[in-house]
Amino acid sequence: MRKWFWGFLFIAFGFVCSIAAERNPRTERISGSAGDVLEDDPVGRLKVYVYELPSKYNKKILQKDPRCLSHMFAAEIYMHRFLLSSPVRTLNPEEADWFYTPIYATCDLTPTGLPLPFKSPRMVRSAIQLISSSWPYWNRTEGADHFFVVPHDFGACFHYQEEKAIERGILPILQRATLVQTFGQRNHVCLNEGSITIPPYAPPQKMQARQIPLDTPRSIFVYFRGLFYDVNNDPEGGYYARGARAAVWENFKNNPLFDISTEHPTTYYEDMQRAIFCLCPLGWAPWSPRLVEAVVFGCIPVIIADDIVLPFADAIPWEEIGVFVAEEDVPKLDTILTSIPPEVILRKQRLLANPSMKRAMLFPQPALPGDAFHQILNGLARKLPHQKSIYLKPGEKILNWTAGPVGDLKPW
Amino acid sequence: MKLSALQQSYLGRRSNSFRSSGPLDSSSDGAFKSPAAVFWLVLHGLSCLISLLLGFRFSRLVFLLLSTSSTYTSPFHSPTELAKTLDIRSVIPADPVGNVPLPFPNKTATNSRVVVGRHGIRIRPWPHPNPVEVMKAHRIIERVQTEQRLQFGVKDPRKIIVVTPTYVRTFQSLHLTGVMHSLMLVPYDLVWIVVEAGGVSNETASLIAKSGLRIIHVGFSQRMPNSWDERHKLETKMRLRGLRIVREKILDGIVIFADDSNMHSMELFDEIQNAKWFGAVSVGILANSANIDETVVEKRGEEENPRMPVQGPACNVSNMLAGWHTFNTLPFAGKSAVYIDDRATVLPRKLEWSGFVLNSRLLWKDGDKPEWMKDIDTLDGDIESPLDLVKDPSVVEPLGSCGRRVLLWWLRVEARADSKFPPRWIIDPPLEVTVPSKRTPWPDTPPELPSHKKPVIGIQEPIIKHTTKTRTSRSKRRSKRKHDETRTDRRTTGFDKTLQN
Repeated sequence: MRKWFWGFLFIAFGFVCSIAAERNPRTERISGSAGDVLEDDPVGRLKVYVYELPSKYNKKILQKDPRCLSHMFAAEIYMHRFLLSSPVRTLNPEEADWFYTPIYATCDLTPTGLPLPFKSPRMVRSAIQLISSSWPYWNRTEGADHFFVVPHDFGACFHYQEEKAIERGILPILQRATLVQTFGQRNHVCLNEGSITIPPYAPPQKMQARQIPLDTPRSIFVYFRGLFYDVNNDPEGGYYARGARAAVWENFKNNPLFDISTEHPTTYYEDMQRAIFCLCPLGWAPWSPRLVEAVVFGCIPVIIADDIVLPFADAIPWEEIGVFVAEEDVPKLDTILTSIPPEVILRKQRLLANPSMKRAMLFPQPALPGDAFHQILNGLARKLPHQKSIYLKPGEKILNWTAGPVGDLKPW
Repeated sequence: MKLSALQQSYLGRRSNSFRSSGPLDSSSDGAFKSPAAVFWLVLHGLSCLISLLLGFRFSRLVFLLLSTSSTYTSPFHSPTELAKTLDIRSVIPADPVGNVPLPFPNKTATNSRVVVGRHGIRIRPWPHPNPVEVMKAHRIIERVQTEQRLQFGVKDPRKIIVVTPTYVRTFQSLHLTGVMHSLMLVPYDLVWIVVEAGGVSNETASLIAKSGLRIIHVGFSQRMPNSWDERHKLETKMRLRGLRIVREKILDGIVIFADDSNMHSMELFDEIQNAKWFGAVSVGILANSANIDETVVEKRGEEENPRMPVQGPACNVSNMLAGWHTFNTLPFAGKSAVYIDDRATVLPRKLEWSGFVLNSRLLWKDGDKPEWMKDIDTLDGDIESPLDLVKDPSVVEPLGSCGRRVLLWWLRVEARADSKFPPRWIIDPPLEVTVPSKRTPWPDTPPELPSHKKPVIGIQEPIIKHTTKTRTSRSKRRSKRKHDETRTDRRTTGFDKTLQN
């Protein structure tokens, strides 16, 4: 009888397995240590304490310019809102693992909508002075268990021009804190070890509203819309995008497979859903919202940015989803793309079709499980427990509060 | 050194214009300026003034003169050296457990290979598409689209059985080629049953053989009559003949009636896969309004938007079949075409066959089929409309989002009954009379000798227009001849008018 019982159990198990395997033939789950991490739930794994800063650091700035809610740096605002009502939030700072300072440093916009980073160092400095004097937790570790969201072009270097940003380096008082930023480039001053790279904000409702039926055949081979030459700032070419975008234009403007232009079509989202490859070359900074759009619309991203660190790189296996092309190989882009075997392309499309992949790139309101907010929390949770060495002995000081350009030391 | 500072101030000026920000206290931070900074500002101002005088950017000229290589072929050599001097700062690592900063960034694994500064724009020597790669890309696109169709398209697509009645006439080639190409694009399995009035002919056979489809070509003994009424009746009989073939050969799939002058959209073939037993789609009626009377034009003008009449299923609010939209023949009463070559409007029947599809199992002798289907062997007389095949018209399934989508168009256009055309549209023996056109693009080519003229006077007007058009195209290809042309010109004076186009 026992043999019968075990045999039956075995058959039932096999049955269940086969049904589960058949359920979703069209998407593929990234299995293994990287992919499973996407579906981790951070609730219960960490506790975050949100400092109560006066509203001049956050709400008043937002009131002055509500455009900050829809531009690509809006992640800092939505992260604040998410944490305020999230189950990982704790009101008792003694039991918190991480401390969050809600500063909207990227909300000082020009009339055309670009953020000016010139006051941000002073704002951050003043906020940190405030928290270090009102609460003991900053001085305890000099910020090593604090995290800040700095989604600007070059992160906490607070400048939009790369040479200036490199000159400034990361703000000295943020050197020990964990930075959650969109900028990511290996061996670059503005990317600290242990920073968490996030995708830029892209409006989820707008993208959902413009979805086309899935059986619309993908007939565009390569798609790109954007600038190739930045004539206002780099008329001769060669500086913008390190010449990579200009190389794409010069080499492939005659190629019928490449649908590339500088137009702003109203059907941009719909066109992306009809393309197989979407180019995501660097611009003045290596990251761009095109990556998010490509992943959401199922178009394989072709990333042309040397040494770039992509969002959530420890959770998402970008090598398997996208195609990486070195900037010096841009003239051979058509050879590279046409020599990818069709099975590999179909596999990449299946991985992209996975809804958890698309959700990990978005900042939906209200938050959904597995979205970018949760990936940030997962990243923070993976850095726990804190090493004992971050806790300073009383009286010990590591950071130099007067380092940096003289202009940063002015009060805000 | 000098150049790097110039470049830096240049960059600073550029990026300042990027953000259009007024108070730029970032680049020149600090309350005081060093003498060097003042000196460079003065130099900057001087070069601006010189540029104003000269009319172009003076500093750019200096820059170009001092650099050695060109922009477009290789990375700048001197500017990269400049960039390297800038880069020393970029190599300094942030954390103390970092790499030893090298004075010049070589391509080591620990240092950044990415250099800030001007890079060359790499263009390959032949920046044009490679045809082999283009073909590979198209194959990739095809594979992706097949996969898409498998995943999101119709599950388990059934074979499509197309029944087309036809007969040999001038416009047959025009109509049948259109249908043939539409059928060649259909992504599903296909069987084409062509029923030809007047028996199987080589003309039709050679035309449809080019398609590469699976074809069953049968002949129907009667010839196609000359009046539209009779023609519709004969076509119905021919379609029933086609249905009998489906029964004999026990073909399995969806039967669709594709008249040879209709236009089909590709979505039609996707939509009919949804038919379970007997489906109906909306047909747009393109009543040939070539010579409409003024009265009809006036009537049309009164309406705000003369809409194309559509035949097909009509649904009620709950998307159930409620009735039928048919063609309103009243405005055309007495003015419609009677004979095939009349220049009046050709009217469709109340309900055209092409708007209906049926599951081929309905035609089989045995097998489980619904009891509302009449046996086609019992029907022999006149069937007015396809609804006579079923006992109860309410079982018909409306397709194409309940008849709201028009998926095919009905049209009847025919040439004159006595019009002739070269068999198989091959001009054999070749035309030997060539009449020169007024202008040729090759005035210098040597003249060719004409051979004897063929009598062309006996052919009637439509064919004359036809043949002279081909003749002019051929004469354009040949050369202009000098003396003999004038003689033939005078002989064929009647054609001159047409030659002037």
